[in-house]
Amino acid sequence: MDSGNSPNTPTIRKTALNALHRRLGAKMVNFGGWDMPVEYPCSGNLLCEHRAVRSGVGMFDVSHMGDIRIHGAKKPGGALAAVQHLTMNDASRLAIGQAQYSAMLYPSGTFVDDVIVHRLGEDDYLLVINAGTREKDINWVRENTKGMDCQVQDLSDTYTQLAIQGPRAAEVLQKLTDAKLGTVKNYWFTHGTVCSLPNTLIARTGYTGEDGFEIYIPSDVATSERVWNAVMEAGKEFGILACGLGARNTLRLEAKMALYGHEISDEINVWEPGLDRYCHLEKGEFIGRAALVKLKAEGLKRTLVGLEMVDRGIARDGYRCVDENGNEIGAVTSGSPSPTLGKNIALAYVPLAMAALGTPIYVEIRSQRCKAQVVTTPFYKRVKKPLAVSQ
Amino acid sequence: MGYPTQYRYSKDHEWIDVKGDIATVGITDYAQSELGDVVFVELPTAGKALTAGKTFGSVESVKAVSDIYAPATGEVVESNATLQQKPESINTDPHGAGWLVKMKLANPADVSSLMDAAAYEAYIAEKKKEASA
Repeated sequence: MDSGNSPNTPTIRKTALNALHRRLGAKMVNFGGWDMPVEYPCSGNLLCEHRAVRSGVGMFDVSHMGDIRIHGAKKPGGALAAVQHLTMNDASRLAIGQAQYSAMLYPSGTFVDDVIVHRLGEDDYLLVINAGTREKDINWVRENTKGMDCQVQDLSDTYTQLAIQGPRAAEVLQKLTDAKLGTVKNYWFTHGTVCSLPNTLIARTGYTGEDGFEIYIPSDVATSERVWNAVMEAGKEFGILACGLGARNTLRLEAKMALYGHEISDEINVWEPGLDRYCHLEKGEFIGRAALVKLKAEGLKRTLVGLEMVDRGIARDGYRCVDENGNEIGAVTSGSPSPTLGKNIALAYVPLAMAALGTPIYVEIRSQRCKAQVVTTPFYKRVKKPLAVSQ
Repeated sequence: MGYPTQYRYSKDHEWIDVKGDIATVGITDYAQSELGDVVFVELPTAGKALTAGKTFGSVESVKAVSDIYAPATGEVVESNATLQQKPESINTDPHGAGWLVKMKLANPADVSSLMDAAAYEAYIAEKKKEASA
């Protein structure tokens, strides 16, 4: 039995809040090499955490995610040029204070990672990337900006990143900051004092399908714990709960948000998961563009669909999908019970001919063929309130 | 929650309560707490043969599937039908209302090789220590 002491076993990584999560009695899991909370018994576990985010507010420690800053060009526009070269969305459309969902692609048009690009300044960009792909991404960025006019900074360990999510998130965070959150639109950000920490990045972004914010604070343990506790205190009247990766997954799945290694990967191209609107071929050259043009001309072979189980059974990641004759037609990328819908849902890649709404798809669940049907996605869409600008 | 002293326990965290040649089987409190809120249970129908150590169904939480292993050899007499509507009984009363199947034992003496309550409690104490390392 591997004792974990061999030279090839990497030490598991921990965020600054690791001790706090363990003190709270969180159930921990190894996620991409990180010791992370999957659910908190003190929150009532996954289902309670999920519901809190949908109806009130919940907080996640997402410090395991990475941050790459691209800036410091000698001539204006150097950083933008680098970002445009690396990513598929059009970063030139970003105003200062605006963010966009995007992705870095391989020359084949498949995914290195998905990313949120933030325009911090005139020619200054922050890419927030996935935890499991931190090293791969930073190496990819450095390699592919060699000789370009910009500086690349890995800020991943500099920040503790907290995601405060849910319809009451703004009310909670507003108690702790002088920034006027009512003026920050979805996928925009600002800087303000949070818990006496000056110039803190506050972004109206998230991975839950609810309104919410992600704040980036210094990653020392004392500060991280102080802010976490301040948010929990501020959120008490709204029933705030500490939330783990389990709820993070069920929330994002209901909102049909991609997870790297599942809906997107180095074997899946941009068109297959239907991420066309984040891919701006017309902006000019970027890594993967040529392949995407060719793939578009060839036409889609498979496409990502939403499934709802009809028979009893839960479709899960990796389960085979077959047609009514038992022929393999694809696989589930992500699947789980949906706490909000009270149904078992999944995302799967199937041939185009089987993507129409209502098409029966059979999922092999432990050697039993269980019927599902294609449904519209996202499975859940929040009701958007008009923005209260007068805060 | 304590572990009933009249039950026997397997390394796979099942319990078995023998009354004559009929035994009731379930998963332990430790197992249900590791699993999380149970949302789905798959159980065999009456008449199905069970072999000690082999899987005979599954218990699912939102995030995981857990196979259940027969602690003894025999035949299913009855599966707990209430678990279809109320799978959460496994969490709230794993040693009672959350029972999974009743089975007819092929050989009641098989059960004596399983752990008693004290041995099982020591076994899971070890597991908990390993987990927090």
